[in-house]
Amino acid sequence: MANVTTTNELSEPGLAPLSIAGRLFSSRLFVGTGKYDSFERMAGALDASGCEVVTVAVRRERLYNDKGQSLLDHLDLSRYTILPNTAGCFTAEDAVRVSRLGRDLLEQVGNPGASWVKLEVLGDKKTLLPDPIGTIEACKELVADGFQVLVYSSDDPIVAERLKACGAASVMPAGSPIGSGQGILNANNIVICLEKLKQGDPAYPVIVDAGVGGASDVARAMELGADGVLLNTAVAHAKDPVMMAHAMRKACECGRQSYLAGRIPKRLYATASSPWDGAISYIPGE
Amino acid sequence: MRVRVNNEERDLPEGTTLERLLREIGLADRPCAAEVNRKHIPKRDHAGHTLRDGDTIELVTLVGGG
Repeated sequence: MANVTTTNELSEPGLAPLSIAGRLFSSRLFVGTGKYDSFERMAGALDASGCEVVTVAVRRERLYNDKGQSLLDHLDLSRYTILPNTAGCFTAEDAVRVSRLGRDLLEQVGNPGASWVKLEVLGDKKTLLPDPIGTIEACKELVADGFQVLVYSSDDPIVAERLKACGAASVMPAGSPIGSGQGILNANNIVICLEKLKQGDPAYPVIVDAGVGGASDVARAMELGADGVLLNTAVAHAKDPVMMAHAMRKACECGRQSYLAGRIPKRLYATASSPWDGAISYIPGE
Repeated sequence: MRVRVNNEERDLPEGTTLERLLREIGLADRPCAAEVNRKHIPKRDHAGHTLRDGDTIELVTLVGGG
């Protein structure tokens, strides 16, 4: 028998590190830091998720009466790679501005995510769907400026190809709209994105970003062959964020293993698991 | 001179540098990135960047996000 992994060879078969822009990560789950009801709960959820990359946003400082806690006081910068996003940007110009400010902030705290950006150029506030033209423009400019661009995209395979051609370190197609919890609405498009982006370049990292509602959505994305999943709301707004984060961690791992193990093709009709030969029963039609 | 900092008007003495402004606001020793008139001024250049009347300044930090 070829290519068979026995359970005593590896306790967790198939869980090889993920490589993005020259860096290796043992966790394939990227988790956002927004929307938690406290920094303590956020820290607990990040820990339970096992993630090594966390996303953050860039926003104005509060200038007066700011005695509140800072996000950075609750993130272990030696543990997490901080991935600043351009959330809230609706033009390529603004996304480039915000990317440069994020890089400056991470250089100040000495985090390896300083040259990384999660690029989002959005079309409108209601759908939060990406503006493909603005995203491509910003991606080109940021790559030229030395950024490792992990780019949020729709699940359109042609746009995904264009973004990779611009030099994106990872293309991150959406499963469904940001924060919607609808899971993966068009699995076929995700599969086509994967096929196109990995053609001749099987290690090219593709992360499903946005739309996750529960752990089964993560498992589904990974089972389709995604290299990782990025999520936020599904954990932060769960009744128990820490437990959900733990579930997401397991789902990510089991989805990856299921993909690598090779799921069976779907068939219209049944195929018996027990042999027909030797059956002593009446069999209709025979 | 009068400048605009994070969308609020503020009077500053002539010759104020970006670093001096951050110190007065209490942000000099915290992670803080700055733009003047939509142009990013890297942290290393804050001390040498003199603000001018009418400047629009954005001071940002990292917050929770997805």
